[in-house]
Amino acid sequence: MAIKSHVQTTINGETVEFLCESRQSLLEVLRDELHLTGAKEGCNNGNCGACSVILDGRLVNSCLVLGVETEGKSVETIEGLAAPDKLHPIQDAFLENAALQCGICTPGFIMSTKALLDSNPNPTEHEIRYWLAGNLCRCTGYDKIVRAVQDAAKASA
Amino acid sequence: MQAFEYIAARTVPEAVALLDEKGEKARILAGGTDLIVQVREARRDVDWMIDIKAIPEVNVLAYDAEAGLTLGAAVPCYQIYAEADICDAYPGIIDATKIIGGTAIQGRAGVGGNLCNASPAADCIPPLIVLNATCVIAGPNGERDIPVEAFCTSPGQTALEKGEMLVALKIPAPQNNSSSFYLRFIPRNEMDIAVVGAGASVTLDDAKQTIVSARIALAAVAPTPLFAEEASALLAGRELSDEAIDAAAQAAQAIARPISDMRGTAEQRTHLVGVLTRRALNGAIQRVLDA
Repeated sequence: MAIKSHVQTTINGETVEFLCESRQSLLEVLRDELHLTGAKEGCNNGNCGACSVILDGRLVNSCLVLGVETEGKSVETIEGLAAPDKLHPIQDAFLENAALQCGICTPGFIMSTKALLDSNPNPTEHEIRYWLAGNLCRCTGYDKIVRAVQDAAKASA
Repeated sequence: MQAFEYIAARTVPEAVALLDEKGEKARILAGGTDLIVQVREARRDVDWMIDIKAIPEVNVLAYDAEAGLTLGAAVPCYQIYAEADICDAYPGIIDATKIIGGTAIQGRAGVGGNLCNASPAADCIPPLIVLNATCVIAGPNGERDIPVEAFCTSPGQTALEKGEMLVALKIPAPQNNSSSFYLRFIPRNEMDIAVVGAGASVTLDDAKQTIVSARIALAAVAPTPLFAEEASALLAGRELSDEAIDAAAQAAQAIARPISDMRGTAEQRTHLVGVLTRRALNGAIQRVLDA
């Protein structure tokens, strides 16, 4: 039985404690230990962005962060985005623009979009496409996602 | 992923002592975007990961117009291109940090890690070479400095000895009428690995008509990134002209020793060295002219 470390971190504004092995990624901790299954495992090597979360205000691939590295840090996941009874404007914009089909990439795209709009509330299409380059979608062809991000930016203005 | 022990070092001596004690199965963890994937895919056998991100010296990002830039080994890309004065002084580095992976990778990955990973295709290394960067290395016997072009020894291998770690990169302050540029060829628009990369720095005279000095470096055309020393020397004292640029590009092609692989053939890579060297030089020159 491998040794587990005790980690205290803030997830979606709440203090959370968990035990994990050093080899467990933040993605594995979120999904397997904390049962926050919004972040998805796609490639598990930093190419697809399905596991995107926000760590201390920066977008990261949670598959490329160790759970033990999050001691004392703040993590934002898709589960913390919306108020309990209402979708977040980014989620609304993705629905209205049909910016998802199978949905596996969607939590990652939405967290990536949130990080973009937090830092750049009025991005150009060029900026949107480059910012989202690390999020792959095999269904939509991306145009609907770009339009959703543009609508979300307008809705938040 | 294999089991390993995670240790967050607080000081450089602590990290050095751990590296020295644990030997080659210990690795430094900075951004982790290469290391974690390598361990997960069993391409690297690691028993100890020594996280250095809590060490003050590796987080330094300090630019001074006279002293130049000190870039801590763990500073992530996004912090570098967020600094306007660093973007102005070292645009070649900025070109590279903005194209390594996507946004999420740039949130963790840094120039120091890109160097220590020692990929022949590393985007950050050609600009470091053309900007005369020095590696500040700490080890059991104290600190030593080596020029960045001597750091990579073969794919994935570096000049770091047992117990040594990269602490920071130091880049001299830019001279008057100088600039730098980096670009790569990839078949996509982003999120890809260089088929060939080329960096250039140039210093022009006050009239901006003659090249005082230039440096050219190449990625993905040899087992390590290359400093194209002869090609660079050809430009010193030459008036700005297409002929001078072409001569340097041909000399750069002459030192390329590319392989053929899934990303491109040796023939294509050799051709690209000429094209990209011209573009890198002209890009750096244009930045001086526009300043």
